[in-house]
Amino acid sequence: MYAYDEIDRTLVNERVSEFRDQVKRRLSGELTEDEFKILRLQNGVYLQLHAYMFRVAIPYGTLATNQLRALAHVARKYDRGYGHFTTRQNIQFNWIKLAELPDALADLAKVGIHAMQTSGNNMRNVTSDQWAGVAPGEIEDPRIWSELIRQHTTLHPEFSFLPRKFKIAITASDHDRAAIKIHDIGLRLIKNEKSETGFEVLVGGGLGRTPFIAKTIKHFVHGRDILSYIEAILRVYNQYGRRDNIYKARIKILVHELGIEKFSREVEDEWQHIRNSSLQIDDEVIEDIRSRFTYPAYEKLPHMPDELRQAAADPDFEAWRKNSVAPHKVQGYSIVTISLKPTGGPPGDATAEQMDALADLADRYSFGEIRVGHEQNLALPHVAKRDLPALWKALDKLGLATPNVNLITDIIACPGLDYCSLANARSIPIAQELTRRFANHELANLIGRLHINISGCINACGHHHVGHIGILGVEKNGEEVYQITIGGRADENAALGTLIGPGVKFDEVADVVEDIVEAYLALRERPEELFMDTVKRLGVEPFKERVYATR
Amino acid sequence: MPLVNGGKIVDDSFVKLAVDTPLPESGDILVPAERFLGEAEGLLKRAGKVGVIWPNNRDIAELVPYLGKVAAVALVFPTFRDGRAYSQARLLRERYNYRGELRATGQVLRDQFVFMLRAGFDAFEVKKQADAEAFMQTAKRYSVFYQPTGDGRITALHRRMQLRHSEGVGT
Ligand code: HEM
Ligand code: SF4
Repeated sequence: MYAYDEIDRTLVNERVSEFRDQVKRRLSGELTEDEFKILRLQNGVYLQLHAYMFRVAIPYGTLATNQLRALAHVARKYDRGYGHFTTRQNIQFNWIKLAELPDALADLAKVGIHAMQTSGNNMRNVTSDQWAGVAPGEIEDPRIWSELIRQHTTLHPEFSFLPRKFKIAITASDHDRAAIKIHDIGLRLIKNEKSETGFEVLVGGGLGRTPFIAKTIKHFVHGRDILSYIEAILRVYNQYGRRDNIYKARIKILVHELGIEKFSREVEDEWQHIRNSSLQIDDEVIEDIRSRFTYPAYEKLPHMPDELRQAAADPDFEAWRKNSVAPHKVQGYSIVTISLKPTGGPPGDATAEQMDALADLADRYSFGEIRVGHEQNLALPHVAKRDLPALWKALDKLGLATPNVNLITDIIACPGLDYCSLANARSIPIAQELTRRFANHELANLIGRLHINISGCINACGHHHVGHIGILGVEKNGEEVYQITIGGRADENAALGTLIGPGVKFDEVADVVEDIVEAYLALRERPEELFMDTVKRLGVEPFKERVYATR
Repeated sequence: MPLVNGGKIVDDSFVKLAVDTPLPESGDILVPAERFLGEAEGLLKRAGKVGVIWPNNRDIAELVPYLGKVAAVALVFPTFRDGRAYSQARLLRERYNYRGELRATGQVLRDQFVFMLRAGFDAFEVKKQADAEAFMQTAKRYSVFYQPTGDGRITALHRRMQLRHSEGVGT
């Protein structure tokens, strides 16, 4: 965990008081809606279909229990008793009143939480691997660097009014859980031959109307130079990024139009001017940040405690353990993923009671720490294996032990027409229907790893392009129609899905997904061949035939 | 439009000329970039200060040969959402060591003052009278800064190092 000091807290409080003043000026009419809009967006406040939506930052997905309780408090006091965890490691509240927002922010500020730059055309909340610091084989904890970058990008005087929003994601593992290739800047922590820490830098990824997988712009940037290198990229983008058309204003379009070689020459040129400036980070600074991350005092524990051996007799426990428990870098500990995808529920939702109860469980079983992942699930990062059975029982009581992590019902979905003013179609009801169709755990398990991603419009908040099965809602002649893609992925081998044919109606989506799954089960060579591998081997044709032969 | 300079509302000594406005005999003038580059020699010879209004989509490097001779550079925020002039300002101050007046013009609102000050602006053509009056109060809103810029303010990272070293004394 990173501990905010007086300096960080002061900034957060100054931000709250500024926003209080801005809201006051809006309510008195001194600020027009046009002027206010950008100010509220910079504080995570959207005007949605029914009300204001409030998006709170959870930098690199790490939460302390008092912070999770504060989120529960906001859900209860200012909203309707729940919150929605998103693909950006944020949480959103859907029913907040403008006049109460400054108070909600002030309550969150007390525990070092804010909503700065969760929206607007600036550098957004830095995201990272939800298993950071505990994943076996990781180069080092990427949150040290995420925090450095979080600080550097917060209220940046040059880059708070960019052509468009700007997202940075960091991973330090071979297996990329941070989806760095679909970010404006993706950073992969690596060591060079001299064993110095640095980054492979990728640029120009993103989804939305024109999806792109990021390209490598530089194979190694030394850690000490990472801020100046990011600054160079941003400066080139700020000056040359298009502002004439919001659909073309993202850095991915600039990179695409210039070509990665020309773009990287521009950046290199800029970087040579500034790399030896005060942006250079010395070891002392990094050590200072590192020193404010605290790590649990792990015990020496057996690899296979008795509690776990005994619990293995219970098939329900075993189903959950196999699905939700991952190896930890310290012997005797595990990482536990908590599915926020119960059968029939909206993906990513958690009630205030669940959040409070989870905070208690994290205090008891995970050294007071919780993580938020971009798959809209939570995790407890340091659970002693002997505690797994007790934890499972407690989670089950809270409705948080659905054993479907990475299975077909672990669906990522944006809010769609139920909340979002930009939506063309519903997303949540489709996700709910699919979780019912595939509620049978044996069947889901037989299918194996399969990610479904649903977005209610082309903006792609549900990451549909990178779903193994992607579902995109569009509008056609006043009707909701869904386009289906297959073969997308967001990991280290990120790829965009391929459209399998004409869109289908709302009522048909679940049937189509069933058809695709049946086709896969019939086509796979062996049970270990995952859906993605079958798609890779055979392409979309056989799936297309299966889906459209009878339609 | 009130002008804030040095933190106070002041009278603007500069007269803005369009591309084709006849040149006044004397007095301080602000001239569009295009005209300035075309007639620089003549403009700089007359009595009175000369400033240039530089659009936000023109490379600031073109202005560099004249930086020692112009009294003011006015950068433009066509809307407050368009932040290109922040980069130009930092380049002028930090890369090209421009020390004259650096003026923010266009949609200049109080909510941008801190960013503008940090980027190197010291003069502000403020759109609303109330914002101009609130200048000092707004400019002092923040006491913590995370990024180093040419304004020389100490960053949070370095403040921490200082604190740490001073605490370290005697322990
Ligand atoms: C309900 C209010 C929301 C609104 C108004 C909204 C708005 C938008 C818009 C306009 C874009 C398009 C950006 C572009 O052109 O690239 C976008 C993209 C995105 N949104 Fe949302 N969104 C909302 C909710 C969410 C939620 C709930 C999530 C997460 C579940 C989310 C995550 C994302 C992500 C990850 C992208 C990125 C696409 C990319 O990488 O280009 N948004 N959103
Ligand atoms: S994808 Fe579209 S419908 Fe879904 S949340 Fe984003 S903007 Fe709204």
